[in-house]
Amino acid sequence: MTPSGAGSGLTPSAAAAPGSAGPEVLTLNVGPQHPGTHGVLRVVVELEGEIIRRATPEIGYLHTGIEKQMEARTYLQNVTLVDRIEYLASYNEEMAFYQAVERLLGVEPPPRARAIRILMCELNRIGSHLMYLAAGTLDLNVSSVFMYAMTDREKYLDLSEMLSGQRMMPGYFRPGGVAMDLPEGFVEAARAFLEELPRRLDEYERLLDDNLIWRERLEGIAPLSREDAIALGATGPVLRGSGVAHDCRTLLPYGGYDEYRFDVPVRTEGDAYARYLVRMEEMRQSRRIALQVLDRLPDGPIIVNDRKIALPPRAELARSMEAVIHQFKLVSEGLHPPAGDSYVATESPRGEKGYFIVSDGSNRPVRAHVRAPSFYNLQALPAMVEGHLLSDLVVAIASIDIVLGDVDR
Amino acid sequence: MDHQAPNQESLLDRLRPHIPWGLTTPREERGRSIILVTAGALLDVLRASRDHLGLDMLLDLTAWDRMPALPRFEVVYLLGRAGAADRLTVKAQVDGEPPRLPTATGLYRAAVFPEREVYDMFGLVFDGHPDLRRILMPDDWEGHPLRRDFSLFEEPVEFHGHAPKVPSEIIPYFPTGSGSGSGGAAPPGTGSDAGDLPPSGEAPGWGRQPPVDRPSGPDTERK
Repeated sequence: MTPSGAGSGLTPSAAAAPGSAGPEVLTLNVGPQHPGTHGVLRVVVELEGEIIRRATPEIGYLHTGIEKQMEARTYLQNVTLVDRIEYLASYNEEMAFYQAVERLLGVEPPPRARAIRILMCELNRIGSHLMYLAAGTLDLNVSSVFMYAMTDREKYLDLSEMLSGQRMMPGYFRPGGVAMDLPEGFVEAARAFLEELPRRLDEYERLLDDNLIWRERLEGIAPLSREDAIALGATGPVLRGSGVAHDCRTLLPYGGYDEYRFDVPVRTEGDAYARYLVRMEEMRQSRRIALQVLDRLPDGPIIVNDRKIALPPRAELARSMEAVIHQFKLVSEGLHPPAGDSYVATESPRGEKGYFIVSDGSNRPVRAHVRAPSFYNLQALPAMVEGHLLSDLVVAIASIDIVLGDVDR
Repeated sequence: MDHQAPNQESLLDRLRPHIPWGLTTPREERGRSIILVTAGALLDVLRASRDHLGLDMLLDLTAWDRMPALPRFEVVYLLGRAGAADRLTVKAQVDGEPPRLPTATGLYRAAVFPEREVYDMFGLVFDGHPDLRRILMPDDWEGHPLRRDFSLFEEPVEFHGHAPKVPSEIIPYFPTGSGSGSGGAAPPGTGSDAGDLPPSGEAPGWGRQPPVDRPSGPDTERK
């Protein structure tokens, strides 16, 4: 192999030798227990005065070996683990997982199931971005917006509970469809939430955009150039805030997203304020998608009619021995996707999320790897903060909207 | 579900003139362009993809243990283009103890974290990586957890009446004689954690014991 000259192309944090001459350098651990890190993230920063010279994220504090555990569980059991990876966006997480499984199986959910999935993913995206807004504002002590955003997120959580019985970790999707049909009154409740949303978002924007402190703490802070964002593998609002219109829902439509009309907001500034603006607009676009789903929610089955993949309906169990056998085989053994591997890129609220699943034809994956957007977005953190003030570190972390369960898995 | 970008079809064809084609095995599968390359041709393919196809993003880098097949490890690079639908999956199979591949960090800065993760989880050494050390597991961890012969186990905890279980006897256990071993020692000539690991044998670190009620004795898999 040619010596690849790796040292030159790297972030300074990884390449620079320690103890280089110059003024006194203070090494400081930010985290792993720190309210500004949104979880158990540790960033080792080398300070010159208040200026960060090097920042090195140290991760793994929330590593629970989910990828290893998934190899020991059937595809149906795995959804429990999958929900806990990006725990603020469990529906999107399930979407990504089942897209890969269904690609292996070669099945496609019926139209109503696809619509319900997209509805829940977009509601979840709103809920997740509201959590970003709440946490991001609280970091800067804008605590009234924190309260308001959490109130709105509560309404999304109520919708999730209404549908799946769970506020978080719903476990609602199934291979080839969803677990249950929408409950009575759900469409009206979802519509009421969505009708209310723009008024609330306008209110937040009035509270924040006219707020000098908010603007000064975000504008020009944690800058990430377009080149750095691309080179470091950042996706989602971080990449779109740096001027790249990259959204898997439009580029590589999955799960029926090509049936809906929406825009991909892009900002070119590349700072924390741009990421905030991108997320605010994304909530409006998600609302737009969700309303389209509600307007033309198709009728029909909510799961494929394939007894090797989906459980038979309850009523059938009383009449058909065949159905009992299928039920037993599916519950005890699970699915057997054909051998091969699959990867489907999906757009979670944090960026590209995809599952690389290798099947050997058995009922358990040989390998299940999660392409975690937070993991790659975190790589861009040193590029955002080095050469800037220590106090900008918290803003930078919040603007990535990091989920440590997603980073460490 | 298989929505393909119009030019995805020709991605492999467009790559063809720029790489040692004989050293690769291209195929289209379920809407994905996949190219299997030899370890020696890996960097050439990655460089050609970046320079000639405009695939400027390394979106994912991972590996999996093909045990008991040989070569044992398959490393998977997912390349993409910012703002476009082009996707190319590059795979390289590698064997040896430790298995070695050249680093992609010189071509894609995004490879720094995921190569550390693959090293952490599989013991795969990326030659030329600037900072190859564990990323998710503790620095003094022994073995590489995502290898297939690293069985899931439960840490014994001192609760009354607690008997540690092995939750997954399902994961096949391969004896160490089969050319695998979970690689206790750090690969020679690499990063910072090479020094202070005991060579092999009973591992004192983290107070972990072999599971008590494992039936067929040999605790070699938890080396």
